[in-house]
Amino acid sequence: MKVGLLYSRIRRDEKLLLSELRDRGHEVAKIDVRDEQFGLSDPPEAFDGVDVVVDRCLATSRSLYVTQFLDAYDVPVVNGSDTADVCSDKVKNSLALEAAGVPTPTTEVAFTTDSALEIIERFGYPCVIKPVVGSWGRLMAKVESRSAAEAILEHKATLGHYQHKVFYIQEFVEKPGRDIRVVAVDGEPIAAMTRSSDHWLTNAAKGAEVEPFGPDDRVRDLVATASDAVGGGLLGVDLMEAGDDYTVHEVNHTVEFKALNDAVDVDVPAEVVDWLETKVANETEAAV
Amino acid sequence: MADTITAEDPLTGEEIEIPSDVEVGEIVDSPATGAELEVISVDPVVLEEAPELEEDWGE
Repeated sequence: MKVGLLYSRIRRDEKLLLSELRDRGHEVAKIDVRDEQFGLSDPPEAFDGVDVVVDRCLATSRSLYVTQFLDAYDVPVVNGSDTADVCSDKVKNSLALEAAGVPTPTTEVAFTTDSALEIIERFGYPCVIKPVVGSWGRLMAKVESRSAAEAILEHKATLGHYQHKVFYIQEFVEKPGRDIRVVAVDGEPIAAMTRSSDHWLTNAAKGAEVEPFGPDDRVRDLVATASDAVGGGLLGVDLMEAGDDYTVHEVNHTVEFKALNDAVDVDVPAEVVDWLETKVANETEAAV
Repeated sequence: MADTITAEDPLTGEEIEIPSDVEVGEIVDSPATGAELEVISVDPVVLEEAPELEEDWGE
């Protein structure tokens, strides 16, 4: 098959995928999203002959639009534009999980500092404020007191972009110092790890320690349901242990897996390419 | 197996060693300045200063 790899920066994750694809003899077109121009009717030449595009664009805003163009061109893309749309916005992400009956941290949204402060006071301290768009844990704040809440809300209201005035507030989940990242393809886990840190953010990009994790039946169920809720594809589902159950706080659509690939025995890029091959074969079969 | 090739650091003009299996679009760190450099082409190897990360980058 011919795979189009959509990128704006080649990370280790992309290099791992490229190696796996080439080792298996697949033709790869590397497509730098910064170089292309997207007309309303016809795709750029770079997409000629591709069986599937893998969206690995680091910039979420570009990813959102390019996947929509690819839909318009009838070029298959993973993950799809609907998935990117839901996963890139924390409000949409939370609404989708709630609608699917997936436990997720108690979340409320307000649009003024006064209204947001009411939520925070009602939730009690600590609680968490997150930007509705953003990544790698950036601009997330754990709020410990009313005076801190007032300062943070004022700062956010003053930040230039209008989306910073959408106050997304969550209860703080007392997790046991770690969270769980499951990488799944169409809801099927291929590997999982825990990320531990003394810091309240347990993002591997921020230096959390990683260990392999074996998903139990409950985790597998939640991952399948959460994946389905956001439209499926190659996803990173983030869970926290909460009492005797789990809570899903986020589903990521341009999932990073280098930390996971290092932590577990599973060959993650090989599993991903297996899935791509099956997907393309199925679509070819359906087209005949 | 860690082959390296020589490239010019665009910020300092110095020659630096980078892995020979770099991809166009890959980021390498300048050993002199620590700046992130992007591989613009591989034959010949051309490096440019990498764009700054922006708020919506990443997962």
